[in-house]
Amino acid sequence: MSSPTPIQNAPGFRPIAPGNAQKASRDLHTISLLVSDAPGVLVRVAMVFSRRGYNIESLVVSPAARSGFSRMTVTCSGDPAILEQMIKQLAKLVDVVHALDHTSSDRYETEIALIKLRCEGEQRRDVLEVAEHFSAKVVDYAAESVILRVYGSSEKLDAMISLFSEDSIVELVRSGKIVMTRALEVT
Amino acid sequence: MENRVPTGAEKLIQCLEREGVEYIFGYSGGAAMPIFDALVDSSIELILVRHEQGAAHMADGYARATGKPGVVLVTSGPGATNTVTGLLTSQMDSVPVIVLTGQTITPMLGKDGFQEADVTGITYAVVKHSYLLKDATDIPRVTREAFHIATTGRPGPVLIDLPKDVTQGPCDAPFVDDVDLPGYTVPTHGDDVAIQQAAEILSKAKRPVLYVGHGAVISQAGKAVIRLAEKLRAPIVNTLLGKGAADETHPLHLGMLGMHGTAYANKAVDHCDCIMAIGARWDDRITGKLDEFCVDAAKIHIDVDPAEFGKMVTADVAIAGDARLVLEELIPQVSAADTDEWLAQCEQWRKRYPLKYAKQGGLRAQHVLDKLHEITRGDAVITTDVGQHQMWAAQFCLSTTNRHWISSGGAGTMGFGFPAAIGAQLGCPDKKVWTVCGDGGFQMTQAELATAAIHKLPVKCLVINNNFLGMVRQWQELFFENRLSGVDLVGNPDFVKLAQAYGVKALRIRRPSDIERILTEAQEYDEGPCLVVAEVVKEDNVFPMIPAGAPLSGMIIEKPKEQMAKPTGST
Repeated sequence: MSSPTPIQNAPGFRPIAPGNAQKASRDLHTISLLVSDAPGVLVRVAMVFSRRGYNIESLVVSPAARSGFSRMTVTCSGDPAILEQMIKQLAKLVDVVHALDHTSSDRYETEIALIKLRCEGEQRRDVLEVAEHFSAKVVDYAAESVILRVYGSSEKLDAMISLFSEDSIVELVRSGKIVMTRALEVT
Repeated sequence: MENRVPTGAEKLIQCLEREGVEYIFGYSGGAAMPIFDALVDSSIELILVRHEQGAAHMADGYARATGKPGVVLVTSGPGATNTVTGLLTSQMDSVPVIVLTGQTITPMLGKDGFQEADVTGITYAVVKHSYLLKDATDIPRVTREAFHIATTGRPGPVLIDLPKDVTQGPCDAPFVDDVDLPGYTVPTHGDDVAIQQAAEILSKAKRPVLYVGHGAVISQAGKAVIRLAEKLRAPIVNTLLGKGAADETHPLHLGMLGMHGTAYANKAVDHCDCIMAIGARWDDRITGKLDEFCVDAAKIHIDVDPAEFGKMVTADVAIAGDARLVLEELIPQVSAADTDEWLAQCEQWRKRYPLKYAKQGGLRAQHVLDKLHEITRGDAVITTDVGQHQMWAAQFCLSTTNRHWISSGGAGTMGFGFPAAIGAQLGCPDKKVWTVCGDGGFQMTQAELATAAIHKLPVKCLVINNNFLGMVRQWQELFFENRLSGVDLVGNPDFVKLAQAYGVKALRIRRPSDIERILTEAQEYDEGPCLVVAEVVKEDNVFPMIPAGAPLSGMIIEKPKEQMAKPTGST
């Protein structure tokens, strides 16, 4: 049995750019909102960001525990002072029950990604090795491709994705970060 | 009376009646027909305007003069979009207005039906809240919520978009009295610790200033402001919209601050060691260059809207609450420091830099407005349009009574003054109501002469006519080497003949010697509207002036000899 080709040199793989993972999460703030499940609430929230020309990095909307309410988790980057003011403007919206910045709170956060990779022959073994290392699951196994499902911190996902070359990634879908404060603190 | 289920429109009107609505300012159209039909049997009086923008400003003027929400009813599409400027005006100045817009039937929503517009979509940025009402069962709840949201906390406009099938169909939902809005809380009493901290700072201040804004008008905090000022022996300044909250003729009052405020008000703010904002938001017209604004002064900020804290200025103490309630808790906790020297300094500034104008060499707007103040003695409701006349009126027509000064501040909406006066007159039938307009702004909503005439409203409309967009011309003169562009209103009508065409009494002031006689004649005429046109000198400038983006110390008292650099601040 021949020794496995180093991933960095394998076709379809790109070398890990040092600090790349950290760079992707630069100054990212995670804001959690509890909102009334009312039409237009998403637009109103988005407008607080767009009015200042702020880009939303990721946005997750899902039903909250209480019926009639939704949970939004927003990640975005920007000047902390401006973000603090934007959070006040979010909280001011009639449909927003609360808006909290969890960037520095004690929290658990996770994200899920689906990665469709083009791989044949030798490459496949390397892909599966990476998958195993990151505890990713192969959820689709086709002749010329696989789909990996991986979850964990956004940084972990960044790190794993950075191991694959852009050519090998056919499609990438990330859920966006979700967050929950630890113990009985309100998220 | 037949016993049948009311239509959605009838239910809506019943809800408005329960809210105590006296007037609806409206313009009819297809999608709103069921609502206009229901109005036929209502105790609410419809004021039919000539343009929807007029309706929105009338409702705004009514609300500012009375403190009660103004209600607008228009049709879908262009009817609704014509209210957008009014919504912005009310949103920027925190005025409770309810705008009801007709909408196409629900199955046609999003299908580009005739006169369909995505009205909630278009207006998101200019409302406090809004509803697209798709189920008639929601009419009582949504109406109650809309009035609650519009009138409480920091007031603002609320829009309800009403598809025609919803208003035309039946609605047997019961009336709603209580609101359940988990995301909407209104601070009332301020935090005790913060109030105590504020009291300590104020009691130590040697050069305090109380800076009063529209929040003090809304919460009726004026008397408390005066009590606090007298206890601290601190001077008062107010913003354009804060006029009238605390009597501007009080000896401790230095008048309006900011870009065209009095020199003595701005000097006081520039030299103070403690400034307390009472329902004011450190607007760019007030602070000038923010980095140099009251750098060494302690800052206290009272606001009912916590989103204002840290937006422009991060205060040493921020108190979220109703201005009046906070002041009432604060006053017993403060003790007067020795401010004799400070008050003497302020008086010296007042004497050294008075507001002044030439009474000879042509008719001047300032002279007319000074006389208007003399004749009305602060007892009239005065609305203004936007521009030079607005600033001169703010400088010379000192306001003594709450809700007697109505002006578009945040939005600076030309065309606001005249319809706002119509709304104010309907809300205050026993008051003398004057509007001061420029020739530019008046022409934007002059069609409402018909509305005023039909209802025989004794609104007095003073048009300061210099045949220019004077404020922009002033900037072009000072900052753009007098290269005049887009400011010459050649082609203005004869405003006297124009008013007469609507059957409105009209008078003209040509010379300084006419002023008193003609203003008095208008003041005493109560049978209907009266337009007074003052043909003033073409070129005149508003001073003092702090160029946009300059610090308060950069205030100019008269026209500088040299050409000035273009201002760096916002407009």
